[in-house]
Formats: sequence, structure tokens, C-alpha cells
Amino acid sequence: MAANEELLQDVVIKFAGDSGDGMQLTGQQFTNNTALLGIDLATFPDFPAEIRAPIGTLPGVSGFQLHFSSNRVYTPGDIADVLVAMNAAALKVNLKSIKPGGKIIANIDGFDAKNLRLANYPEGINPLEDGSLDSYELIKIDVTKLTRESLKDFTDLGTKERDRAKNMFVLGFIYWMYNRSLENTIEFLKEKFGKKETILQSNIKVLQAGYNYGDTTETFTTRFRVEKAKMNAGTYRSIMGNQALAYGLIAASEKSNLPLFLGSYPITPASDILHELSRHKSFGVRTFQAEDEIAAITSAIGASYGGLFGVTTTSGPGMALKAEAMGLAVMLEIPLLIINVQRGGPSTGLPTKTEQSDLMQAYYGRNGECPMPIIASSTPSDCFDVAFEAVRIAVQHMTPVILLSDGFIANGAEPWKFPKADDLPNIEVAFKTGLAEGEDKFLPYLRDEKLARPWAIPGTAGLEHRIGGLEKQNITGNVNYEPENHQLMVNIRQEKVDRIAQYIPEQKLDSGPEKGKVLVIGWGSTYGAIKSAVLELQAEGHAVSHAHIRYVRPFPKNLGELMQQFDKVLIPEINNGQLIKIIRDQYLIDAQGYHKIMGVPITKQELVDVITKML
Amino acid sequence: MSTSTTITPITLTAKDFATDQEVRWCPGCGDYSILAQVQKIMPGIGVPKENIVIISGIGCSSRFPYYMNTYGMHSIHGRATAIASGLKASRPELSVWIVSGDGDSMSIGGNHTIHMLRRNFDVNLLVFNNQIYGLTKGQYSPTSEENKVTKSTPMGSIDHPFNPLALALGADATFIARSMDRDPKHLQMVLTRSHQHKGSSFVEIYQNCNIFNDGAFEVFTEKSTKADEALFLEHGKPLIFGVNQDKGIKIEGLRPVVVNLSDGVNADDLWIHDEHDFYKAQILTRMFDDTKTEGHFPRPFGVFYQTERACYEDVMAMQIDETIATKGRGNLDKLLRGKEVWEIA
Repeated sequence: MAANEELLQDVVIKFAGDSGDGMQLTGQQFTNNTALLGIDLATFPDFPAEIRAPIGTLPGVSGFQLHFSSNRVYTPGDIADVLVAMNAAALKVNLKSIKPGGKIIANIDGFDAKNLRLANYPEGINPLEDGSLDSYELIKIDVTKLTRESLKDFTDLGTKERDRAKNMFVLGFIYWMYNRSLENTIEFLKEKFGKKETILQSNIKVLQAGYNYGDTTETFTTRFRVEKAKMNAGTYRSIMGNQALAYGLIAASEKSNLPLFLGSYPITPASDILHELSRHKSFGVRTFQAEDEIAAITSAIGASYGGLFGVTTTSGPGMALKAEAMGLAVMLEIPLLIINVQRGGPSTGLPTKTEQSDLMQAYYGRNGECPMPIIASSTPSDCFDVAFEAVRIAVQHMTPVILLSDGFIANGAEPWKFPKADDLPNIEVAFKTGLAEGEDKFLPYLRDEKLARPWAIPGTAGLEHRIGGLEKQNITGNVNYEPENHQLMVNIRQEKVDRIAQYIPEQKLDSGPEKGKVLVIGWGSTYGAIKSAVLELQAEGHAVSHAHIRYVRPFPKNLGELMQQFDKVLIPEINNGQLIKIIRDQYLIDAQGYHKIMGVPITKQELVDVITKML
Repeated sequence: MSTSTTITPITLTAKDFATDQEVRWCPGCGDYSILAQVQKIMPGIGVPKENIVIISGIGCSSRFPYYMNTYGMHSIHGRATAIASGLKASRPELSVWIVSGDGDSMSIGGNHTIHMLRRNFDVNLLVFNNQIYGLTKGQYSPTSEENKVTKSTPMGSIDHPFNPLALALGADATFIARSMDRDPKHLQMVLTRSHQHKGSSFVEIYQNCNIFNDGAFEVFTEKSTKADEALFLEHGKPLIFGVNQDKGIKIEGLRPVVVNLSDGVNADDLWIHDEHDFYKAQILTRMFDDTKTEGHFPRPFGVFYQTERACYEDVMAMQIDETIATKGRGNLDKLLRGKEVWEIA
């Protein structure tokens, strides 16, 4: 029978299972399917650090949360409407983040005695049977059995291979539930398994079986539909943060005519930038997987010294190892970009979890007075603009630049109204090509109005010169130990970074009145949560505004004035209070903080509660 | 990006490679001679001055770039090899020279050294080995002999030293040579050969630190002992040494033995040096005994080993060229658009 259709505005669905259950792929497929319908969305993949933690255990649970809506979406959602739990551990880990009355779709086979024991349920207790889930809408499906059954004609496949298609059954079922087409996933499977006909056909078969199961079993009398979101007109695609960083770098390379060199050492959650850039040799991108983090940055320094644009990508622990080389780049005054996709720390910390706790490290974490510009991305698509802008600053101001992203942005996806290549500005690069008229000797540390020194690369006749990490004499660049010169050079290096404030846009409010009670200031991946919370309070009539800082060092020159227009300033961060210390230090204002450091994003509701108390 | 390939029209001399900076090594330091020999060979290697880059790390030797009128970078401790790798990958047409010491290249920078060698970037790594830390005023180094009494090892060092050439060969370096500061002609020959070699050249140069480790290599450099203690390798020539050129090395089974030519041994029966023989090179690098021990081998000098292997930067450029040849130059609009898009009206 044909089910009725119910129109929903907003859905948060979480796919959770063992890390071998293919939940990330399932989530991504459903995300693409959703995006192609023009529905707004945000995702939050959440997976263990271990590639395959022991099967069935709590640490082995891998999750993928997707928030989709016909309204604008800024976060992956605080709490799920629907949980897909492939096993008992997945249910146990996620039970606290399901809405009361929400739907739980449980794979019965994942709740056998062994799985229950692995998930630490007491002997004889099965949450699917004991009534403990009565406040939810529980849908029990024996996914494993149904998958095997639908593949009974595939005699070439062993049980293990058949079971691997379980996630397709679930995906097919969810497609039915939300009244979707299977087309894009079938195309995806064709591309993935094109040469393995049996695997391809078996996956398609199971996907369809899941869909048909929904159709024939009357699991729900109603199917659900979410309409297109009211987004700005244009062409959109789905983009993830690390991918957008890679694209931003390629775009900047094209627009500056500087070939890109990436020196990188694999580290979670930054490695995908290396993977992505390695695929784009057709843009002349050189990627170098170095022997360690230090060689990753120093090889990039070598590339920039040679006139390419050198980039290195890493996460917190790698950042620590690169500190000395960053100092060298500050002394050499050459363009360089260091991207830190932050993760939970200290030490190895929480490799796959998100955190914003490397801001102080970026600001102060080097020996000597060693200022560097810092720029931070706030959403997956914002990574594109921020990477492009970081390259511009590095090249035009002859300085290494730090770009801060984090694990939440890196792996999250959102719709992106991508730009046209022609609409991107050119990044002017001026190599010094020889001695000018009347110039009898090259002065490598003679500066322009930005205090940038000339970029004279090897191969240029007449400009042979030596640079290095020892203190430079002003203008000549010769080694110099004189007290007055050191004071002067320390001041110049600071002023050079400070002066960038004249070449960046002023700080704008993301939303809200220009004067009011509370200004919420954020940076990085807290963007969506702050935006949602502030919009909600504004809708209730409160004078609350939101400013999100992209240029963290130097700050936009109007930031102080902007903050003065509000009675109170709140700075929420996923750390123990880092931006707030810098703001208090620079502006002597009594900003308040909100700090949560649990490896997960701050939720909208938490912020609504905090801001409400300040009103 | 400039890819200047102009041939310098005027003939340069060693003086053209000197800078206006005062050379600040201790008087009598072996570095002076090495600098002089590098400056002497540079005009003859056929590379325009602007295409030569010298990268150094930290240590006495690493002041070298300041005294060479080429492009140069005095970088940070141990990382010159990694910086040079990035530069060479980016600008394969440049002649890249790395100046390093035993501490810089084998202690703090040991990792980068071995990885650069295995990747075979076409660069020249000159290791000024003085078996001591000079700039920090006299601690033992990774090449210092065992039991060495220094400021940090008053009871003698416990460390077993590296054998630099064996280490380089173990990392599959494609050119391995040893020379010394006090034999200018030999050093010039080795430096020129190093430049001519396509691939990573590892050149160990015995360099006397007359302040903290004076005389470390005296037996190889002083007239009275040099002939008996140093064995000069020449491709295709038998291994002969000694004041009267009457001692030779022969291979018996898998072992080298010292024989006396006056005992009726024919020069034709001696080990004939073959720079391309990997196995013999292993044995040569292991002729590294303490010169105070009875029956020790002479220490070989010259080019131990040379072979051809693809250079990292060339294959890297080839992959890019191949991609562009088959797929065409990247199109930014196509990249940003991706595979799946949707329209919002």
C-alpha cells in the first residue's frame, strides 16, 4: 500500500554502528542524496581513533550525524530525531543524544547475546526487549538476515561478503522513509565497483531490498519529506572542510601563478588535505610526504625560498614539532602557510575529536618574539575562502601565516555555492628580477610600505644573497648582533604583522543590532552553534549580536570599537579560554567565557541558556 | 618564476665566489681550506653563479654560505637536507649544495640525511667531520671515538660512533666519497666529482678542529704517516699504499687482507677498485678501524661508490608532465564544480 506523506521542516538523523559497519559511507551517501535535492544540511562524522577497534565494543562505535532542513542549517544538530543503531554498543553510546519520542531503527542481529555483552549490558538484559525504550518509537529490523536473504542467489559470495552489504540495506530503507531516489547511490556504486560486477550487483540488490522492505512491510504508515531550503539562488555542491582547504590552495596557486608545494606528514585529522592535493597534479601541485613533521615544514620553506608557494598541513602535535622552523620562516620573511587542523590535546590527546585549544600555541608557541598572522576558518565551505586569503597575506606581506581549522570543520560537509574562477581576484606576486637602475647592491631587507621585503629567488642574476636564522641587520640582511639593531628588528617584525590590519576587511556583525546587550564573539567551528543560538534569541526580541572572527592576528582594526557597543561580551570556545585571554589582554574588556572541552562541538541549546542568563 | 639558464659570459675566478663578509672561523681551522677548495672549483663546474645555492644547518661549518657569493641559506640545526630537498623538488635546475657537520647531519639531522639519500635528490651533501661539537665549545659528537673525554664526558664517552660512509651506503646513497681538508688537490677532485654525479652525493671531509679536537686526523694528513695510513682509491687501479707503494689490499674469500708486494704478490692479483661495485663498496666503508690497533687497515679516501638511480625531483616533475599530457592542464572551474551540483532558483 502507498504510505501517506508527511512534510517535515527539520530532521537530525544519526547513523551509528561498529567502525566496520560502513556508517561513514552510508551517511555520506544520504548526505549527497539530500544535497542534490537542494535541502540545506550540515554533517558531523564522529569516529574512533582506532581503524578497527574490537568489534562490537563501545570504543568501536562510529557515527555520522546529518541535520537537514527546508530552513537554513548552521549546525549538525544538538539532538537526533532518528538513530540508526547497527548494534547494542551504538545504541548505548548514542541513547543520550536522541530526542524523547524519537525513532530508533535497530538491527536485531546486533543485539544478540555476544553484542549485548560487548556493549556491557548486564546478563539477560536486552534494551530492545525490556521496555526501556518505550519512550521512543522503536523499529526493529533483522538487517543481517534480510541482507543475506536478498543475496541468496549470489552463490559466489561468502557470508562475510554478503554481510558487508548490510549498510546498503539500511540506506535503502532510509531512502524509502524519506521518499528518495536511489539513483545517485547506484551511480556511486557503479563507479566504486565498476570492475567487480558481482559486488556491484549485490550492493544494488541489497540497496533495493532495503527500499522495498520499507514499501512492503508497512513499518511506517507515513513517509517523510523535507522540502528544498530557501537558499540564495545559484549552483551548489556539497563540500567538506579539508577538501575546501585543498581547493582554496589550488585556486590561490592558479590566481597567483605560483606553483603549489605541499610538504606534509600524515596526521589525523589533516591527512585528507594531503590526499586531495596529491590528486591534482594537473594543476602542477607538488606534494611531498616527508619523513617527519619537521621535514614537512622545512621542505616547504625550501620550496618558498625557490619561488613556489610552500604549504605544510598538520594537527596539534605536528604543530609543536614545526615551531622552530616557523621561527626560521619569520626570520627569513618568506611566504609560507602552516595549516593546523586542530584536534583534542594535549600530546596525542583525542586524535579524531574536535577542539580549539591550539590558539595560544599559534599565537605564542615559539621561542623569541615571533609574531605570525593567524587566520581561522569557521565552516567547511569557509575553508576555501580562508585558504585563499591566507595565501594572499603570506605572499603580499612576505610572511609565514598560520591557518587554524579543526576536526569538526575538516570532516563536516555543507552545501557550497562555489565561485567561478573568473570571479576570484588575482593575487599579485612581484619577484625581484634584478638590480634596478642606480641600485649597485641588492639589499634583501629593504622594505615596502607593508614592511615586506623583496622576494628574490635563486636563478636571478645579480641578486645573489644569503639569508638565515641569525638576527639580520636592518636593510642589508647581514648577520648582526648589535643591541639597537635587535630592538629595531623585533619592532619591525611585530609592526609588519600589525600592519596587516590595514589590508584586511573590518570586522562585521554576522547578525544582530550594532548596539545591544550581549555580543557573542566566536572564532572557528563554533560558528554554526553561535549563529543558531543568537538567531533564536533575536527572534524572541533580544538585543543579542554575533561577530565571528576570521582574522585572529592581527584583529580587524575596528574590533575594539565594535565590542564597546554592547553591555556584555561572551566568548564561547572549545578550550579553557584562549581567545578570551587575548581579547582581554588587547582591549582590557571584561569579556565572559563559555568553555567546554569534551571533544564535541558546543550545542546551540547550551549557548541559548548561557546567553539568556546574561540578558 | 625565473628559470634563468643564461651562460655566464665572463670567466669567473675563485675570487668571484668570495663575499664581503669577514670569515670568522678560528685561525687554523680546517674550514678555511674547504672554503678555498669550493671557491676554486666553482668557476669550472659550468653553472652560472645565480643558479648555485648553498644551504647549511647549524654549527661552525654551517657559517659557510655567508662566505660564498651565491644564493645561500644558513638555516636551523639539522634541517638543511630537508630544506634542500624541498628546494630541489621545486627548482630542479638549480645546483644545490648542502654544508653540514657531523653533529648537524648525523645527530640532530640524522633522519633527514638518510631520507634525502634514499630519495636521491640531485644535491651535494658536504659533511665536515671534525668528530667534535665546536660551536658549543667541545662536547663529543656522533662520530667521536669511544671513551672520548670531553666537557660532557669527563669519564669518557659511552657512545659507539657512527661510521658515516657505511651509514650513507646503508641509506642507499648513490655517490659516496671521503676526502680531507689538508689535501687540497684531492678535495677539489672529490668536490668536482660530487657535482658531476647525478643524484645525492655524500662527501665526508675530515676537518681538523684545532681548538677542541686538534690532530684527530693527523695520521692521515701528516707527511710522516699519511702514505701508510691513507689509501687513495682510483677507479680501475689496484689498492696500493705505503711509503714505498709496496703494500696492497687483496680479497680473500669475503675478506680484505693487507699484502706486501715485495713478498711476490703480483699487482694484478690485488683488489682493483671499481666505483660501481656495491658489494666491494660495503667492504671499503668498513675499513674503518682504530689506527692505534695492531694490523689495522689503511683508511680509504676518494670515491668509494657511484651508481645511477632516478632522482626524486625528476620523477616528481615527470608525474606532473604525464598528468598534464594525458588529462590536460587543470581547469579551476571544473575542479570547483565537482561531479554533483544542484541549482537553487
